[in-house]
Amino acid sequence: MPLPPSPGAPPPALQVVELAKRYGRRAILDGLSFEVRRGECYGLLGPNGAGKTTTLRALLGLIPYEGGKIRMLGRDIPAQARSARARVGVVPQADNLDPDFTIEENLLVFGRYFGMPDAQIRARIPELLEFAALTAHARSRINELSGGMKRRLTLARALVNNPDLIVMDEPTTGLDPQARHLIWERLKALLGEGKTLLLTTHFMDEAERLCHRLGVLDRGHLIAEGEPRELIARHVEPQVVEVYGEGLADWLRSQRDRLAARLETSGETVFCYAWQADPVLRSLQGRDGLRYLHRPANLEDLFLRLTGRGMREET
Amino acid sequence: MSAADWRWPWPGRLCLAVLRRNFLVWRKTAWSTVLGDVLDPLIVLLALGYGLGGMLPAVDGVPYITFLAAGSICMGALYGATFEATYNAFSRLQIQRTWDAMLNTPLSLDDVVWAEILWAGAKALKSGLAILAVAAALGIARHPSMLWIPPVLALAGLCFAALAMVVSALARSYDFFMYYFTLGITPMVFLSGIFFPVSQLPPLLAGAMQVLPLAPAVNLIRPLILGQWPPHLWLDLARLAATAVLAIWLATVLMRRRLLR
Repeated sequence: MPLPPSPGAPPPALQVVELAKRYGRRAILDGLSFEVRRGECYGLLGPNGAGKTTTLRALLGLIPYEGGKIRMLGRDIPAQARSARARVGVVPQADNLDPDFTIEENLLVFGRYFGMPDAQIRARIPELLEFAALTAHARSRINELSGGMKRRLTLARALVNNPDLIVMDEPTTGLDPQARHLIWERLKALLGEGKTLLLTTHFMDEAERLCHRLGVLDRGHLIAEGEPRELIARHVEPQVVEVYGEGLADWLRSQRDRLAARLETSGETVFCYAWQADPVLRSLQGRDGLRYLHRPANLEDLFLRLTGRGMREET
Repeated sequence: MSAADWRWPWPGRLCLAVLRRNFLVWRKTAWSTVLGDVLDPLIVLLALGYGLGGMLPAVDGVPYITFLAAGSICMGALYGATFEATYNAFSRLQIQRTWDAMLNTPLSLDDVVWAEILWAGAKALKSGLAILAVAAALGIARHPSMLWIPPVLALAGLCFAALAMVVSALARSYDFFMYYFTLGITPMVFLSGIFFPVSQLPPLLAGAMQVLPLAPAVNLIRPLILGQWPPHLWLDLARLAATAVLAIWLATVLMRRRLLR
């Protein structure tokens, strides 16, 4: 998506400068800096344990940090975190809807946490339900809802205070494709209304579709930042051929070093990164056991290029 | 931890929103909780009071059921507060993650902890008052001095609730509460003068139990049931108040360490 126009460059919705956070001797955030502009969707990408959730908790003023500075919506965090949170909507990683309540009651009770009068919340509920496509279920209990419906309700709940900035921690993790597309469409609608979005994700298609700009987080700081297309062009060859199947080792021995600018092996698959795909494709002709997929480079390639193919486990 | 993590928690206005949330849930399930909180101590009062009491001579100069009434009220309050601030509060804190959702709003953790303690204290008050009402209705005790019981119960309830919240702050799973019930609540119930006068206990043990909050509550409420003024009114009130203040502070500090790091 193209960047929204920025007339007169208003102050950013969020500024994070040289943020440092450690647990004991382990540094979780280590000099993290980024800005989220008003009206844009900014995506934080990173492998598990990179510090994405810690970053969001620090922004909301829920954890102390050892170094750096955070300013959100013109407030210093954590000193003015409560007044900042009044202008922010949060979609957490795990649903924490109130199972004792109906959909409507969830919204009403949550609005009260912002100090909103009941009349004001009740007036807002119909449009929130419509936004989340849940109008028909207003009186349903939470455990009667599908995963996608719960997620939509969590999103609607984050909007009850009409926030300027919406912070989302992996908003579509665990959803089926239909449910994800509906969430994406709703998030685009929010951008259309001029809201600012900050999300973490490890779904590359999600980042590519939604985000104006991305920051790739690894080991507590950004290792790359920019618009999705431009980031891919900067770091990855444009053509990718994925090769797998019988005779892979044979083919590799015969062709290595001649075809692609870069070869990477992951499990049973070889990824050929190339400026021109034709030589690779020609070399694959007539090898019956081999199967291949030719495609343009995408964010996943960028991500793996920058953060490596090794497994990351939370320690 | 920084100095701010040790400060006394002052509740804000938004505390009320959390209390209203709990009240809304309670309204939906009121009948089942009334059964547990009120009926249990009531059965103990009536069964032991009439059954056992029928075979006993006067205890401390009054019929056994009259003696037991004060104890049942305190026990009802203790269980009402303790179940709410352990199992129920812990499920909102750890299982349903209701607290996490609250902390993403302008609510502070101090607001949430205060609201949960006040709520559990309110349930203690409700349980104690229900038994008091039954005792009055059955004519077990009827004295104007009983009008002083509600404020004493409120303070005792706050105490029981805050202590249970300290336990919740340390708990990693529901299993942990078994320790509190077995090692804390049950000995307190049997050794604080609920079923028999503490004068029956070895003096050292009786003295030690006075440090825990159930005994001062019984010391205050029993004379009020009997139409008398509590002999050590200010001492027992001070004990309850000191325990409440200490436990509210400790519960909040432990919750800050648990959640805000």
